Amino acid sequence: MSSYRIQGATGEWEVVIGLEVHAQITTQAKLFSGSATAFGAEPNTQVSLVDAAMPGMLPVLNRECIRQAVRTGMAIEAQINTWSRFDRKNYFYADLPQGYQISQLYHPLVGEGAIEIVLDDKNPEGSAKVIGVERIHVEQDAGKLMHDQHPTMSYVDLNRSGVALMEIVSRPDMTSPAEAGAYLTKLRQILRYVGSCDGNMDQGSMRADVNVSVRRAGEPLGTRTETKNVNSVRFVMAAIEHEASRQVDVLEAGGKIVQETRLFDPGTGTTRSMRSKEDAHDYRYFPDPDLLPLVLDQAFLDECRASLPELPDAKRARYTDVLGLSPYNAAVLTADVDTAAWFETLITASAAKQGKDEAAVAKQAANWLTSELFGALNKLGKGLEDSPVSPTSAAELLALVGDGTISGSIAKQVLEKMLETGDGAAAIVEREGLKQTTDTGAIEAAVDAVLAANADKVEQYRGGKEALFGFFVGQTMKAMAGKGNPQLVNQVLKAKLG
Amino acid sequence: MRNHRFELMTDLTELGVAALRDGVAGGAFTATEVAHAFNAAVEAAQGALNAFIVTTPDAALAAAGKVDEARAAGQPLGKMAGVPIGMKDLFATKGVQTTAASKILEGFVPPYESTVSQKLWDAGAGMLGKLNLDQFAMGSSNETSGFGNVISPWRKGGDTTPLAPGGSSGGSSAAVAARIAPAATGTDTGGSIRQPAAFTGISGIKPTYGRCSRWGVVAFASSLDQAGPMARDVRDCAIMLEAMAGFDPKDSTSLDLPVPAWEAGLNADLRGKKVGIPREYRVDGLDADVAKSWDDGIAWLKDAGAEIVDISLPHTKYALPTYYIIAPAEASSNLARYDGVRYGLRDLPEGANLQDMYAATRAAGFGDEVKRRILIGTYVLSAGFYDAYYTQAQKVRALISQDFMTAFETVDVILTPTAPSAAFALGQKSTDPVEMYLNDVFSVPASLAGLPAMSVPAGLSRDGLPLGLHVIGRPLDEQGVLNAGLALEQRAQFSAKPGKWW
Repeated sequence: MSSYRIQGATGEWEVVIGLEVHAQITTQAKLFSGSATAFGAEPNTQVSLVDAAMPGMLPVLNRECIRQAVRTGMAIEAQINTWSRFDRKNYFYADLPQGYQISQLYHPLVGEGAIEIVLDDKNPEGSAKVIGVERIHVEQDAGKLMHDQHPTMSYVDLNRSGVALMEIVSRPDMTSPAEAGAYLTKLRQILRYVGSCDGNMDQGSMRADVNVSVRRAGEPLGTRTETKNVNSVRFVMAAIEHEASRQVDVLEAGGKIVQETRLFDPGTGTTRSMRSKEDAHDYRYFPDPDLLPLVLDQAFLDECRASLPELPDAKRARYTDVLGLSPYNAAVLTADVDTAAWFETLITASAAKQGKDEAAVAKQAANWLTSELFGALNKLGKGLEDSPVSPTSAAELLALVGDGTISGSIAKQVLEKMLETGDGAAAIVEREGLKQTTDTGAIEAAVDAVLAANADKVEQYRGGKEALFGFFVGQTMKAMAGKGNPQLVNQVLKAKLG
Repeated sequence: MRNHRFELMTDLTELGVAALRDGVAGGAFTATEVAHAFNAAVEAAQGALNAFIVTTPDAALAAAGKVDEARAAGQPLGKMAGVPIGMKDLFATKGVQTTAASKILEGFVPPYESTVSQKLWDAGAGMLGKLNLDQFAMGSSNETSGFGNVISPWRKGGDTTPLAPGGSSGGSSAAVAARIAPAATGTDTGGSIRQPAAFTGISGIKPTYGRCSRWGVVAFASSLDQAGPMARDVRDCAIMLEAMAGFDPKDSTSLDLPVPAWEAGLNADLRGKKVGIPREYRVDGLDADVAKSWDDGIAWLKDAGAEIVDISLPHTKYALPTYYIIAPAEASSNLARYDGVRYGLRDLPEGANLQDMYAATRAAGFGDEVKRRILIGTYVLSAGFYDAYYTQAQKVRALISQDFMTAFETVDVILTPTAPSAAFALGQKSTDPVEMYLNDVFSVPASLAGLPAMSVPAGLSRDGLPLGLHVIGRPLDEQGVLNAGLALEQRAQFSAKPGKWW
């Protein structure tokens, strides 16, 4: 368990952290209008009469947004409230055409749930911690103001106005930047598995309000500050680190923490005050009279549950328990839904090609994927999503290793050629003459030559320096341009060295 | 044009919805002749009555022309074919200025048409113009309009004091009473169809909340606002309501139910029906004329075969304060969108920032009554007061609804006066908001409960001014309300109309 403490001048301080994550729901249309939601469209091209709050316009709930929020709630084993309601949060701002945001204060769609985080992927069970989720509610996003387009005026882009967000509110259960980072990473992972949010933090699809307070061990909770709209895992961790030490400095200097809203500056890694509680808005929440209470029936809930995919924790457990992967590989391969999907296509294809069941090929595939392909793609500056090698062509390569046609080291060369040319593994092996040699005569000849050329080392080996065996294997393989069957090379060497 | 045609045109303005529809369908006159006649009447009265904010004679003629062509081509005609109407300027009309009688929306021309107005055009009605009203439908006398008072066509005998046409649908009531429109749309939040109908000797019905779409109607108080027709008689109301009502997927509070054939279902025989008379409405100091008219109504319904039952609606006295919490609360939020950013008035003083612009725009654009209600609404929703006012008001609202539901276990409809007095003089109550709010005392409870309710003319006060009777029905029982209204209408034999002084 993490025991993050801030060393102040007067002693140790604990940090208490809660996150409110805004996640844009992945849908074609906005929460209460039919407008499109695509990122990066020309300003004010995805704005309906409702989004612009023209006189007499009314909101109509997009059920798909509700479905995605319910599925998300189910994915964190949360209470789903079959009766919920929308409230208006009233305030004036130029990016808020209605003069109120439609949100859910009093009766949120999703109640209490939990997310388990793992702080050490190599030791998942020993480093797990459960973070409570207080609620998930659904609300409208605001538009965007641009202050740098004109010397005296601000421009308003309403494309985001009315886009559906889930606000996922954690309990103040995190006690270190690492835990907050792990929570946000895990939440993002779950959202992407469920398909309810694309998790693109750099496009603003997911952003966090970070609540931080500090206290001495055993003392009651301190006054918290809220740092708004932090948009990466790294920044969240940096914001907490900075904010917690700032608070310790203030308190140790005899000051008081003011409950306030702060902003994070990614350039300096610091937070600064935005507005204090005294300037806080009175939002005058009340039930939106334009919308009826949202009542969910059992059939709807059943469909939501039935449509949930295998979730990260279950998948990771299956990878270790059924497929026999190491905890680390299981964690790496389940970290992102697209990676897991790639891996699963690979093992399905591998099993088919090699005539084995998936569990029998999974380990080989996992090792190859995490060490070979990831490494190769990394060098090319590519991600798995734009890998030139597809899971099926990778399965072809792995089958060639599996049936002994090529060795593991030759497979590396073949992969490089595949990435370079886009050709299939078998074709490359054939063209380049990379087939493994199982011709004992050729291997014996090569071994003889190596031993003859290294008589001194043979002497030392026979004198007890057995570590030299690897040297002989390497020399033989080198002499055979890597094509010697490793087992046979071993056998022959052992026999000749006596 | 021949002379007798002029005579015909004058006479046409005496006709109501059913007579115009039937006359056009039967070929007695053309829709275009009807439109010309009403356009001329509108123009002649506009300077004196100020019933319209804008007139649209060309729109009336265009719609009429289409009806005449359709008839000539033998095509089926709509429920309102050939009937030109006035459109309360709370309904968004595509290409025609829509202001809610507020300066903050002066010059605003919507690129969209409200569902209700579109349904009326689809039914063959034409638009004479956009009718004046209390600003954002907040008022009971039409004095809060940003575009000048509407003057009632009615005058006390031997007196030229300008009278209130009621509100907020005062342009609608004045136009129908003055025979410059055969019918008009109204909206009713706390009595804004029924009270002006009563003040001007016409009929008007507020249907069950959810019958008419609110889409494209400038919102005052969303949980209460409901559109309805204002016309010469009960039949005309039934016809027009059929054209206005119906499910609209664009309004989440719209009722997904078929529209009954109310006109065909009209039946003034009330044998077997029970009419409730709520004792709480017989308030101390009830105006003697109003009390007498109520007694007349009771006798007429008895005569129509109904059994009269004394009932209690115990929470009645809390209705007005409850209404004046809920309606302003919703309004304070609904009117936040008029901020000078996207449309309508923008007042940008030299060097102003965003907050300054909001303040200047809203100070300049909203009238005093609108500001008063925004302040009340903001107050009752604010931290520390929300539970004491808004939450409490919602609970009382539920109790008021429950009162009605209990009563409707025994009775079919409820009869009350529409308003506590006949029309008052302009200026008489405008300095005392509470005095003005008391005008809604009989109409507000049905609004809070979302019930169908209508006002029909019952007779004249001693001063020669119209009085209305108010029928409240069960949810969705517009038919019961209309039938009781018809029974009253047949016995009241109300034929008075304002002398033409304009």
